[in-house]
Amino acid sequence: MLRYIAPLIFLAVLIGFFIKGLDPDRDLNKLPSPFIDKPAPALDLPNLKNLTERVTSADYEGKLALVNVWATWCVGCRQEHGYLLELAKEEVLPIYGLNWRDQRNEALSWLTQLGDPYVASGYDADGRVGIDWGVYGAPETFLIAEDGRVLYKHLGPLDSFIWERDFMPHIRAERGVEQ
Amino acid sequence: MIPELGHFALILALSLALCQGILPLLGAHRNDQAMLDVAKPAAVGQFVFVAFAFGCLTWSFIQSDFSVLYVASHSQLALPLPYKISAVWGAHEGSLLLWVLLLAGWTVMVAFYSGSLPKAFGARVIGVLGLLSCGFLLFTLLTSNPFERLIPAPPDGADLNPLLQDPGLAIHPPILYTGYVGFSVAFAFAIAAMISGNLDQKWARWTRPWTTSAWLFLTIGIALGSWWAYYELGWGGWWFWDPVENASFMPWLAGTALIHSLAVTEKRGLFKSWTLLLAITAFSLSLLGTFLVRSGILVSVHAFAVDPARGLFILAFLAVVIGGALILYAWRAPGLDSDAGFKACSRETFLLLNNVLLVIATALILGGTLSPLIVEMIDGSKISVGPPYFEIAFAIPMLPLVYLIGVGMHTAWRSQEPGPLFNQLKIPAIIAVVAGLLVPFFFYGRVGVLLVTGMIAGFWIIAVSLIQPIRSLRRKAGTTAITRSALGMSVAHFGVGLFVIGVTVVSGFSVEADRSLRVGETESVAGYDFELRGLRNVDGPNFRALEGEVDIYRDGEFISQLRPQKRTYLVQQSPMTEAGIDANWNRDLFVALGDPLGNDAWSVRMQYKPMIRFIWLGAFVMALGGLIATRDRRYRLTATETEKASTLSGELA
Repeated sequence: MLRYIAPLIFLAVLIGFFIKGLDPDRDLNKLPSPFIDKPAPALDLPNLKNLTERVTSADYEGKLALVNVWATWCVGCRQEHGYLLELAKEEVLPIYGLNWRDQRNEALSWLTQLGDPYVASGYDADGRVGIDWGVYGAPETFLIAEDGRVLYKHLGPLDSFIWERDFMPHIRAERGVEQ
Repeated sequence: MIPELGHFALILALSLALCQGILPLLGAHRNDQAMLDVAKPAAVGQFVFVAFAFGCLTWSFIQSDFSVLYVASHSQLALPLPYKISAVWGAHEGSLLLWVLLLAGWTVMVAFYSGSLPKAFGARVIGVLGLLSCGFLLFTLLTSNPFERLIPAPPDGADLNPLLQDPGLAIHPPILYTGYVGFSVAFAFAIAAMISGNLDQKWARWTRPWTTSAWLFLTIGIALGSWWAYYELGWGGWWFWDPVENASFMPWLAGTALIHSLAVTEKRGLFKSWTLLLAITAFSLSLLGTFLVRSGILVSVHAFAVDPARGLFILAFLAVVIGGALILYAWRAPGLDSDAGFKACSRETFLLLNNVLLVIATALILGGTLSPLIVEMIDGSKISVGPPYFEIAFAIPMLPLVYLIGVGMHTAWRSQEPGPLFNQLKIPAIIAVVAGLLVPFFFYGRVGVLLVTGMIAGFWIIAVSLIQPIRSLRRKAGTTAITRSALGMSVAHFGVGLFVIGVTVVSGFSVEADRSLRVGETESVAGYDFELRGLRNVDGPNFRALEGEVDIYRDGEFISQLRPQKRTYLVQQSPMTEAGIDANWNRDLFVALGDPLGNDAWSVRMQYKPMIRFIWLGAFVMALGGLIATRDRRYRLTATETEKASTLSGELA
């Protein structure tokens, strides 16, 4: 008998998850990072454009910086790419890329075809550094303070609205302290 | 005025759908002829009003009536007319209306071609489809009204997403949805059979042509989507394992399993409860796909406008429809399974393996698609699942399946002696091994384990698919020719072979190069010389573009000129890459224009994609096989003649 009601039980469990998933308080783009206000994990990766060079956390030490996780297979990254280019053009702050679980040649042609907003991109082919950073999906963007703390983390594509609402207050606060 | 008429027509369609959903089912229960007679006219009326509403929305797009919110958000004055029409289904509200229209269309087809079915059974099928229509019409009217007004009207619209301004994407959704929605017919047949309690083999025979038709549309729809991704997203990839792609692929896998399982149920009366469950599953996965895409529960680019109310509505609908079907199943399925036996070496065994492997593949993809959500719900941690998981998870069940197809399709029902089977298959097996080793070595100069495994698999299916058609061509006069369903099976499996070869060669031998080129410079890729002849500005109706002229030569001989573009769409200011592609049966040459690198140099991406056409060709041949199978004569005979015909055609299909 059980095998005839098993599909029903499976459906009930699935619907349970979906109901929780539809909870309006659950914001896909606002997920707690265990690193918030803690020092960001170290970054030490080969430079995507020149594998003999390294991209390390020392590069942005003492600066307010963005670390953006991206990959060519991720469509959300494509969506936010135009906005990242805008940010880079306005020179709000340096943007470092973490090219995550990607094919190098595809990543390179992505940058040449769509434009390169990054000061440099680290090439994390096997996603190992992504694990250190607690990355669970691309795109993901970390705002890193001058002392290396994670100020904010955003999951999903960036746009001007999210930038103004979630990032700028942190940036103003940090820069305000400075003055 | 026109939009209000459309809105009103939708409300009338809902009232008719209610009649269609309630009266025939009640009539079949009470054996009330008058109520049964409502089924057909109600279905036709519902279709007419939905089609009228759809026409009103299309008209608003053609007229650029920006006082309609949906038109203002997804069209623009300068948008070319064909895209104004395809913009109707370019976003959530309109694509939902298309869904409703296609559901009504399938229902009318069932109403007209169900003459040979017992009246009560046909009425029940139409009734179940009517209830589904009610759900979707309510969803449209309550949460996603495409006719909502925008006052004051803006002078111009926000334009259709430039990614969608493409012929491939204009026709992809209607065909894909025809397939999706078509599984509702198989679902309705299953429900009607379970309600009536009369679950003999006839039910399976009636369902088969409908299921195969839906499946062939879904096959073409998915292939078109993949083709579009290939040339429009500009990376030369043809499948991305995005949640939305998975949402269309899971019903396809379940539908493929259903087609095969229906064959067993029809021919041998076995797997009855399993087939019912698959019919429910295939349609449930279509509904689940709709839910995932339209509720915003998963992160995906394809995702439509996110609205929790819509998510809740579909979830409730999903719970009622699938839950109701499964309760019915739990009540009817026990005691269905026949004790007719079959030997370990028989077609039943191979079809069972086919089903097990396809269901495993579906489950692994479902798991990968849903796991980010489920893990988050359980412990709050986040995981990501990308192509690396899906490629392995899909290959594990599919590789054995591809090899088993060849044996299974030549195995007899009930019991097969291994000896004759081996004799029949040894020549194709030798051909496959030789071709699988030699072709990569001679044409592409390299062999490897995965490559050879894939090539042998492809040639193996192609070779075994030819056995039956060839035998039929060489038969003695007076003996029976191959049936349409057996021919359809051979053709579809031949398509699988083409597909496997395409995938194997593309993943093994593609060459990609990104180079900086000045005008006049030449770069060689995979033996082809690409010369950048010039660059110029061109203006489209609603975009500006920089167009490159790239001449391709091979050994000094001119092959073709490609004109890749980098477009900027004026309203949305979004850049788009329009690749230049020279397509040939055995290779694509692909050029995409990148950014200026200074000093008059431009980055140019050049690709050589051998056999990539075989991927889509294979899918179209599979669909063609499905089409041939639906033309089998035994589906068009009346009930008594069918009995005779099936004894005549023997056990072939």
